[in-house]
Amino acid sequence: MTTETLETHQYDVIVIGAGGSGLRAAVAAAEGGLKVAVITKSLLGKAHTVMAEGGAAASFGNLDAPDGWETHFYDTMRSGHFINNYRAVEIFALEAPDRVLELEEWGAVFDRTSAGRIMQRAFGAHSFRRLCHIGDHTGLELLRTMQYKSIHSGIDFFMEVTLTTLLKDGERVAGAFGYYRADGRFVLFRAKAVILSTGGWGRIYKITSNSWESTGDGAAMAFRAGADLTDMEMVQFHPTGMVWPPGVRGLLVTEGVRGEGGLLYNSEGERFMERYDPARMELSSRDVVARSIFKEVQAGRGTPHGGAWLDISHKGAEYVKRKLPAMYEQFLTLADLDITRERFEVAPTCHYTMGGIRVDAESCASSVPGLFAAGEVAAGLHGANRLGGNSLTDLLVFGRRAGLGASAYVQAWQGDAPKVDQATVEAEMVRIVAPFQRSEGINPYQLHQQLQELMTVHAGIMRSGDVLAEGLEKILDLKDRARQMMAAGSRTYNPGWHAVFDVENMLLLCEGIVRSALERKESRGAHWRTDYPDELEEFQRVNYVESYRDGEIQVRTEAVSPMPERLAKLFTYGKAPGLVSPAEREAMG
Amino acid sequence: MAQPVSSGTTRPAARRKKMPYWVEPLTTLVVLGTWLLYSLWEVLFHNTGTYHNYISPYFSPGIAGWFGWHILTALYVAWVPFLFRFTCYYYRKEYYRGFFWDPPGCAAADAPRKRYSGETKWPLKINNLHRYAWFLALIVLLFLWKDAVEAFIFPHHGFEVRVGSLILLVNVVLLTFYTFSCHAFRHMVGGRRDCFSCGGKPSQSYRFWSRVSRWNAFHGAWAWASLFSVWAADLYVRLLLMGVIHDARLF
Amino acid sequence: MSEGITLSVWRGDKDGGEEVGYQVPAVPGMVVLDALHWVQQNAQPDLAVRWNCKAAHCGSCGAEVNGEPKLLCKTRLDDYAGETVRVRPMATFPVIKDLVTDVSWNYQVAEQIPPLDPAVPAPFTMYQEDASRVQEFHRCIECFLCQDTCHVLRNHDGTDKYFGPRFMVKIAEYEMHAVDQGDRVPLLAQAAGLNMCNVTKCCTEVCPQHIRITDNAIIPLKERVVDRYYDPIRTLFRRLAGR
Repeated sequence: MTTETLETHQYDVIVIGAGGSGLRAAVAAAEGGLKVAVITKSLLGKAHTVMAEGGAAASFGNLDAPDGWETHFYDTMRSGHFINNYRAVEIFALEAPDRVLELEEWGAVFDRTSAGRIMQRAFGAHSFRRLCHIGDHTGLELLRTMQYKSIHSGIDFFMEVTLTTLLKDGERVAGAFGYYRADGRFVLFRAKAVILSTGGWGRIYKITSNSWESTGDGAAMAFRAGADLTDMEMVQFHPTGMVWPPGVRGLLVTEGVRGEGGLLYNSEGERFMERYDPARMELSSRDVVARSIFKEVQAGRGTPHGGAWLDISHKGAEYVKRKLPAMYEQFLTLADLDITRERFEVAPTCHYTMGGIRVDAESCASSVPGLFAAGEVAAGLHGANRLGGNSLTDLLVFGRRAGLGASAYVQAWQGDAPKVDQATVEAEMVRIVAPFQRSEGINPYQLHQQLQELMTVHAGIMRSGDVLAEGLEKILDLKDRARQMMAAGSRTYNPGWHAVFDVENMLLLCEGIVRSALERKESRGAHWRTDYPDELEEFQRVNYVESYRDGEIQVRTEAVSPMPERLAKLFTYGKAPGLVSPAEREAMG
Repeated sequence: MAQPVSSGTTRPAARRKKMPYWVEPLTTLVVLGTWLLYSLWEVLFHNTGTYHNYISPYFSPGIAGWFGWHILTALYVAWVPFLFRFTCYYYRKEYYRGFFWDPPGCAAADAPRKRYSGETKWPLKINNLHRYAWFLALIVLLFLWKDAVEAFIFPHHGFEVRVGSLILLVNVVLLTFYTFSCHAFRHMVGGRRDCFSCGGKPSQSYRFWSRVSRWNAFHGAWAWASLFSVWAADLYVRLLLMGVIHDARLF
Repeated sequence: MSEGITLSVWRGDKDGGEEVGYQVPAVPGMVVLDALHWVQQNAQPDLAVRWNCKAAHCGSCGAEVNGEPKLLCKTRLDDYAGETVRVRPMATFPVIKDLVTDVSWNYQVAEQIPPLDPAVPAPFTMYQEDASRVQEFHRCIECFLCQDTCHVLRNHDGTDKYFGPRFMVKIAEYEMHAVDQGDRVPLLAQAAGLNMCNVTKCCTEVCPQHIRITDNAIIPLKERVVDRYYDPIRTLFRRLAGR
C-alpha cells in the first residue's frame, strides 16, 4: 500500500462537510485571507441542509413587532429544557437576524410581507411568527445561496471525498486523511485547523427523515481523536413524517404544514393535542407533539398505518400550493394523494441529533486544539429539544463563529506547521482497504439495517432502563461483528465499500447514545423514559459528557453553567419577555 | 411567475406509455407542411379572397387593390402573418423539432445534424426580430377585426348571422389571443423591467405583464387554434367562391 | 404490483459496459431508487448510484429511465407495470461507474456567473410580486436533468459554446432580481451562448421542479439580448444618446 502515490494538500483551514454551516465557516475563514478547502462526501449543494423546509428563525418582528432576541432566547431555553449552553443561545438569538440579512444580500429571496420585508411564519413553540422562509424549501435556498457565495470566495472544493480519520500532531489537530470516492485514490489534507460541519447521525434509525449522509462521520472522527461529546441521549423525533407508502416512511412533512394552520386528528376525529397541550395545540414543541402522536397510536386511536391525521385542506388549494408547493408535490407524486383535498397520515420520524461535539460557545472550539465544530455535529445550543427553524440559523451563526474561531487560532499560530505522522497514515491506508481483503464477511448494508432496527426498538422515542441495557449489549455485539465487514469489486465508486466506514461511525455513536440515555434517569425534552417519566430538578443541572479513551467510552457529568442574573430574570415574568411592557419590567425590577 | 407553478404536475393515474420519439415531430412536419403547401396554393394561384362581405384572412388588408395591382394580390400581405409565425417562439420549437430534427425528441437516441449553430447565424438569427413581426401582425389584426365586423353586415340584408360570419369572428378572436400572448409582447409590456413594485405598489406594467403571462402559458394552444381557424376561414371563403358550398343563415 | 419487477441497469465504467438484469420484489409505492437499493443490499453492494435525500429535494439521483431523464427517487415503479425498467446513466456526462456520471463541468460553469450585486444593503424593500418572479428559479435543485436532455450539450458537443438551461435559470434569477444592479447581458450574448438555444423546450419537459425554464427564463433573457444586440431601433437610440 505504501507504494501508492499519496496526493497531499496543505491548507490553513479545512472544512469537512459542505452543508450550510460548513460553507458559512469556509466563507468566514476565507474572508480572513486564509487558504481554505471544503471537503464533502457528496457533491456541492446536495447536503442535508436542503431537507430543511420550514424556515430560519430570526427575531425580526416583521409581523409581530414585540418579538426580539430576548424572546427568542427565552423560547429556545425553554424548549431545550434548560440544559442548553446559555451563552450559545444568547449569541444565537442576538446574531440570527444579521446572518439572515447577509443571506438576502447574497441572493436569497425570501417570501415578503405586504410592507416588502421578509415574511415570517408561525412554528411550534415560538412565541411569535419568526421563521423567515421561501415556500417550503428554505433549506435549499440557504444552501444554494451559500454555495454560490462560497464559489466566489476563493475556496477550494473537494467533492465526493470520504475522510476516515483526523490526524494529530501531539495534542493538536494536524489534518485529515481519506480517499476519493470516484476512484478510491488516497488523499491527505494537512491543515492547522479543522472545522467539522458534518451534520448529524439520523440514519441510525429505521424511520428517519435524514439523507444517507447523516452517518455522524465528523462526530465519530472527533470522538476518536479525543474530543468530548455531550447530550448524546438527546435525539429529536419530528412529529410528522410520512407513513404510507412504505418506501417513503419517515420522509419529512414540514412543520410548516402546522405553522400554516394544519390540524392533527386521531382516528376518532378528535383534535387530541387538546389532551396534551391545550394552550399551544398543534404548535406545541416537537418533543410534545411527537410523544402525543405516539401515545395516541399506543392507545389504539391511530390511523390505519399507525399515525395521526394531518389536515390542511381547509386552507384552500390555492393557498396550500403557494405556501407548501413541495409538500403538495411530494404527496402527489409519492403517495398519490392531493393534500389540498384530503387529510393524510403522519407519524414521528427521527429528525435531528441535539447532542454532539462539546464546543465553546464563542469560538466553536472543541476540546482538541485546532478542532472546531458547527451545526448539527456540535452540541449545546439546542439542549434537550430543538425548536423548529433554529437549526438553519444555527448553521449560519455558528458556521461563521467557527470560521472566525479557526481563523483566530491559525493567526495566533507560532512555529512550524503541524507534522503528520507517516506511520499513522500508512496504518490508516491498510485499514481503509482491509474490507477488500476479506473474502468472506458481512455486507455493511445488512449490518446497517440491523443497527437501525435495534436502535428503533431499544433507544427510540420511548425508552426504559432494561430495554436500553439490552440494546447496549446488542450494539456491542454488532460492533464485534462489524470487524468482519467486507467489500467486493473495485475501488471505483463502490458504495458497498463506502458504507463500511459509515456503519463504523454510526455504531460508535449509537453506543454513545445508549450509554448517556442509561445515565439520564428522568424524562426531559426528547429523552422520554417510561421508568422515570418525570422531569427532575437535579438532572437540570447536568450535561452528560462522553470521552473516548483506549477504545472505551467514558461518561461523566458536567455542571450546566447557570445563567447570569440579566438572563435569568427573563424567566421571571411568567410570559414571553416580548409581551412584558416596560412598565411591568420596571415594577418587577 | 404569474403562471401556474403546478401546471402539468398532476400525476396521471397511470403513466401513458411513451410513443416512439419520432411520432411527434413527424406529425408536426406533416401538419405544418400541408398547411404550407395549401397556403402556397392559395397565395400563388388565386387573385381574390373576397366573397360579398367576407374576405379571407389571406387577402386582408387588400393592399394590392389600393395600388391597383391585380396579380398575386395575397403576396403583399400574407408574408406578415407568415413572418410572425416563423419567428414565433412557439413555432420555432415546432419546426426545429419537426423540420430540422434539432432535436427530434427529448433525450432521443438519434443521429442529429452534424452542423448546428442554434440561432447565432443567418438566416435563423432573424428570429431575434420577432417583436417587429409582432407590430406588423398587429396592424393586420386590426384589419381582420374590421373584416369580422363587416362579415355580419350583408349587402341588401343588413345585419345577419351566418356560418361565415361566425367563422371569421372566431378566427379573429383566436388570432387576438395568439397575438397578445406573444413572448416578445410579454417582454415589451413589462418583462423588460427588473422591478415591478419599486414605487411601493405594483405598477401598471406589472398588471399588463402578469395578464400576458397568464395567456402566454397557453401560447402554443393559441398558436395551433389560430392556425386552424385561419385555415378554416380561408377554406370556407374559397369554397364559397368556387361554388362548392353555400353560406347558411343562422338568425 | 404483487409480482416482481424486472430491472435492467447499465453497469460499467468509462471503458464501456452493458445492461444487467435484476429481479426485485415489489412493494407498494416503490420508486426506482428503492429497487436499486434492494439490489445493493441483496445482490450487488458495489452497484454505483448517487443519491442523498430520497425526497426529490437534493437532485443527486438523476438518470435515464426507459429513455427519459428522471429523478430515480421520484419515478414510481407502478408507472411501468408490465415493462422492463431500463435504467441508464445521464448520457451527456462522462460515466464514472454504473449510474454515476462526472458532472463537474456544471460546477466549472457555475463559477463563471457573476454573483448578485445588490444596489442597496439588506434589509431590502422588495415586494412579493417581484420575489415571486425569481422564486420560481430558486426551486432548482441542480439535478442537471435539463443539461442532460439539452440537445446542444447532448448531441452537438456544445459544452464550450453554451452554459445549458440550468445556468440560464441561474442567470435569470440574478438578472430579474429587483435589487440587483449587475449586467450579465454581454455574458449571455457571448460566453454563455444563449442563442445556441433554439427554444425546443426539452429542458422544461424534464424539469422535476416544474420550472418553466424556456418560457420564464430563457425566452425573457433572449428578449433582453435582443434589446441590446439585435434591435435596430433601440441600437439607434442608444447611439444617439451616446451610450
